[in-house]
Amino acid sequence: MATVLIYSDKTNMALELLTAARQISGAVKAVTINDSQAAQELASAGAEVYNIEQPDINLADAAVAASVLAQAVEQLQADTVLLSSNRRCKEYAGRLAQIIDAGCLTDVTALQVNGDQIECQRNALGGATVATQTITAPRKVIAIRPKTFEAAAAGSGGSVNSLQVNVPPSAVKVLEVRGKEGDTVDIEAAEILVVVGQGMESKDDLPMAEELARKLGGEVACSKPVATDKKWLSEERVVGLSGKKCKPQLALLFGISGQVQFTVGIRDAKVIVSVNTDENASINQMSDYIMTADLKQVLADLNKAL
Amino acid sequence: MNIVVALKQVPDLQQIRIRNRQPIFDDVPLTLGNIDKNALEAGVQIKEAQGGKVIALSAGDENIEDTIKEALAAGADEAYLVIDDQLKDAESSLVAKVLAAAIKNIEDVDLILFGEGSADNYSGQVGPRVAELLGLPQVAFASSIEVNGNTVKVTRSLEDCSEVVEVNLPAVITVLSDINEARIPSVTQILKAGKKPKEVVELDDLKVELPDQSPVKTISNLAPDSQRKKVVVKSVDELVKALEAEGVIGR
Ligand SMILES: Cc1cc2nc3c(=O)[nH]c(=O)nc-3n(C[C@H](O)[C@H](O)[C@H](O)COP(=O)(O)OP(=O)(O)OC[C@H]3O[C@@H](n4cnc5c(N)ncnc54)[C@H](O)[C@@H]3O)c2cc1C
Repeated sequence: MATVLIYSDKTNMALELLTAARQISGAVKAVTINDSQAAQELASAGAEVYNIEQPDINLADAAVAASVLAQAVEQLQADTVLLSSNRRCKEYAGRLAQIIDAGCLTDVTALQVNGDQIECQRNALGGATVATQTITAPRKVIAIRPKTFEAAAAGSGGSVNSLQVNVPPSAVKVLEVRGKEGDTVDIEAAEILVVVGQGMESKDDLPMAEELARKLGGEVACSKPVATDKKWLSEERVVGLSGKKCKPQLALLFGISGQVQFTVGIRDAKVIVSVNTDENASINQMSDYIMTADLKQVLADLNKAL
Repeated sequence: MNIVVALKQVPDLQQIRIRNRQPIFDDVPLTLGNIDKNALEAGVQIKEAQGGKVIALSAGDENIEDTIKEALAAGADEAYLVIDDQLKDAESSLVAKVLAAAIKNIEDVDLILFGEGSADNYSGQVGPRVAELLGLPQVAFASSIEVNGNTVKVTRSLEDCSEVVEVNLPAVITVLSDINEARIPSVTQILKAGKKPKEVVELDDLKVELPDQSPVKTISNLAPDSQRKKVVVKSVDELVKALEAEGVIGR
């Protein structure tokens, strides 16, 4: 039976990995690094935890973190590693896989065990397709998108053990850590999303979208360029391949063209409405209701009607 | 300052059509990955400020000889290409092995740049794997890069914070697409691109052997089954009624 090692720098994501790992094997070992609180929380969820308490480990250095995890893999005789696919751990994934000579898949959005194969789903071709892939190499590193699995609930039988590794010298010096400005919205949790695209001509129109979201009890989200190019909204609100994967009951899309890197983040919505001036916009092909109209007018009318 | 930028040849994703859930590649032109172009732009900007040379590195089938012209037009000084049919759609660990071997053959490399993920597969493994193979420090998800002598200051943008870090050169950096806006080459630049130096090598030249079996197997690759109603509505009233009937508003 496979021995699965799990690691995430974020406790909630580590708890999700615990759920995933238990689908693969009964032999699951969780590693925590300089985080005794995470170790306790994982143990309370029934995990066999190995805490590495060596303050000189620099987690901002992927070479160091990957070396530490590789040593844990050897010491704990694991053959499969599950990481969270947040940026921090995704950066470790390839490097760790290279050290332990493993095959690696990142950004995995679903996982199914079929005999001795772990079948992983991930977006391919920029999100146009979903590939089902399996690692045939004996050792595997799989990075799973946050929120793919429920966090493991409290359980019995957990333990916290300690583990020692050789800490390689770090070549990465952290000069400064800047918090991101306080937009803590969770668009993945919203039942209704009002999604703004580049079809919105002026930032002055944004309050209309916000008003509509408020009226419907939803949140405002956006396509990537609205956040990264125009900077009208925070990156927290981006839907898509490099943003969030959302499954709302209703997605109202205003001025979105429908490129795959966007649609991959919204295609699991129950009902999709597209408002676009172009009747041939490709987003219309994946919408339930299509309105060929100026988004400004439609927003104003909706706010009046609701 | 020698800067290597690794670029992946991919099908132009905008032009892939889906039929019976299968992606259709017929007549889809090849291009370079979008974020790779941002990595190239970052390299060219550093070169323009500090002097040196930008080497566009790619591994793939014979078509990359043509595709790489995009990079040469957009500011790369020369190209280093590893060509073999086995490298078409090769798995990440194999590509990393080839790129690392190629970089060892290029003299005095100070900086190696990648996009944070390829345009098609977006797995983000190749940069970190190459860094490990070469024993170099890495910083991924860069939103800014500042070279000062033999160190580089990089801002790594994470979901909840950004970190400003410093590493010694040589180093491997992967960039985010928002690090810059990649330039669009002029017609003269495009014409000149064909004349820039190109070194073409084969796997044998690099003494790299690829295993018979890839460590990752693709079982299927299909567009998601999406059945949408595609009802055209003419007015907001009609839309509101439809959404009420769906039970998604006004509950
Ligand atoms: C690797 C990679 C990852 C990416 N990740 C993401 C991602 O996570 N999320 C994302 O969104 N994008 C992502 N992108 C970018 C993506 O390819 C598209 O560029 C982007 O989604 C387009 O945004 P848009 O639809 O808002 O803008 P556009 O494509 O510019 O479309 C604007 C639309 O608005 C319509 N319009 C114009 N005026 C009006 C009006 N007055 N009223 C109504 N409609 C109007 C137009 O007809 C058009 O259809 C990624 C790209 C790459 C390469």
